[in-house]
Amino acid sequence: MSEEILKIEHLYKRYDDIPVLEDISLTVKKGETVVIVGPSGCGKSTFLRCINGLEDIQDGHVYLEDALINPASGESVQNRQRIGMVFQSYDLFPHKTVLENVILAPMKVQKRKKEDATEEALALLDRVGLSARKDSYPRQLSGGQKQRVAIVRALMMHPEVLLFDEVTAALDPEMVREVLDVILDLARNNSTMLIVTHEMAFARAIADRVLFLDGGHIIEDTDPGQFFDSPGTDRAKKFLQTFEYESVR
Amino acid sequence: MDTSIISSYLPLFAEAFILTVKIGWIGIGLSLLLGITDAFILYFRIPILSGIVKAYVELFRNTPLLVQLFFLYYGLPAVGIRISAEVCGAIGLGLLGGSYMTESIRSGLEAVPAIQTESSFALGMNRIQAFVLVIVPQAFSISVPAIIANIIFLLKETSVFSAISLMDLMFTAKDLIGLYYNTTESLFLLVIFYILMLLPVSLAGSYIEKRARFKMFGD
Repeated sequence: MSEEILKIEHLYKRYDDIPVLEDISLTVKKGETVVIVGPSGCGKSTFLRCINGLEDIQDGHVYLEDALINPASGESVQNRQRIGMVFQSYDLFPHKTVLENVILAPMKVQKRKKEDATEEALALLDRVGLSARKDSYPRQLSGGQKQRVAIVRALMMHPEVLLFDEVTAALDPEMVREVLDVILDLARNNSTMLIVTHEMAFARAIADRVLFLDGGHIIEDTDPGQFFDSPGTDRAKKFLQTFEYESVR
Repeated sequence: MDTSIISSYLPLFAEAFILTVKIGWIGIGLSLLLGITDAFILYFRIPILSGIVKAYVELFRNTPLLVQLFFLYYGLPAVGIRISAEVCGAIGLGLLGGSYMTESIRSGLEAVPAIQTESSFALGMNRIQAFVLVIVPQAFSISVPAIIANIIFLLKETSVFSAISLMDLMFTAKDLIGLYYNTTESLFLLVIFYILMLLPVSLAGSYIEKRARFKMFGD
């Protein structure tokens, strides 16, 4: 747990003239689980999208080991497969079955044999409890099932870093658990992950490190116990209070 | 209605039917080719070419086929280009249809959410892979109803071919009425042959539409 894998240096991101991220620097070690929290609109999702090059950045660099990911070049498109991303809205391919969704990129991008990819896919689908649904279309699945398939789809590429962008925000409460359990399982296997979430109990359980983002800056970068029990800044205190309710009785 | 007249006209109508269907489908083939090419140009916002495509679409969508055919058939010889009525008909139909097909296919491509491309990128696909493997199949399901409507529309538009003395169904009917005044029989055959031409397309269309939609949205 010491090797650096992801390195972000002085990242600046603007939409037109509106600054979203200002001078963000971050180093993530192999096997580390970093949870990013903060009020909506603080740039959390944009930050993740910058990390795998889905967004252009105005200044700074994102490196995965020695490979430059952003600003994008021809090579960084190749390297993007080393970073997996799961989105809030699942975004499975609606015209393909669960199995086809999961083996498409391994076959077309990594040129793996269909049999190999299928074998691994079935094992992974089994791990998330969905091997029986391999021939279903995404529309036939619940939100939680779709999201678990989306995680498997990302894992199939054997990414070195996984990005989770509010993956449970669109789910009914009882489905949140099944998805978070899968991610907890990944953390136990020492996957390197950056997770944007509003599930504070989950964040506390899974994080090695919590980043609190506000106004385009990293306000706090600390361990979860410290962050949730005695946050160092007023802004973080205020943010955490929004998750608590005072009794009316 | 005299059945002996009908049976004596039948070979003439059959001949006209074959000609109409032939030119109609060649025109539709051209229109699809043009439409697919143009839609790709618009979707990828290829500079200069996009502007040309937009101008073409507006020009041909906003002028009647009859006028376009007159231009090709009577106008081009004035600048030294002489083409047969049949070629004129096919090209005219192809150009008109191309403008409609462009819009149908483009709107299908643009109806696929941008995040589908992004999630393909996140899996390491390049632009072409994302387009071919993810966007086009979804866009196709969305475009199918509009494409089929265009095909039916174009086949019906063949009825103006008679204006450039192409011996299509309409020409044959008008010609026979002019010669022998058997209006009822001629019009009866005209309707029958148009239905014969269009009904299979319509039925095949709804079948394809259902299949495409099943794959995409299910039922």
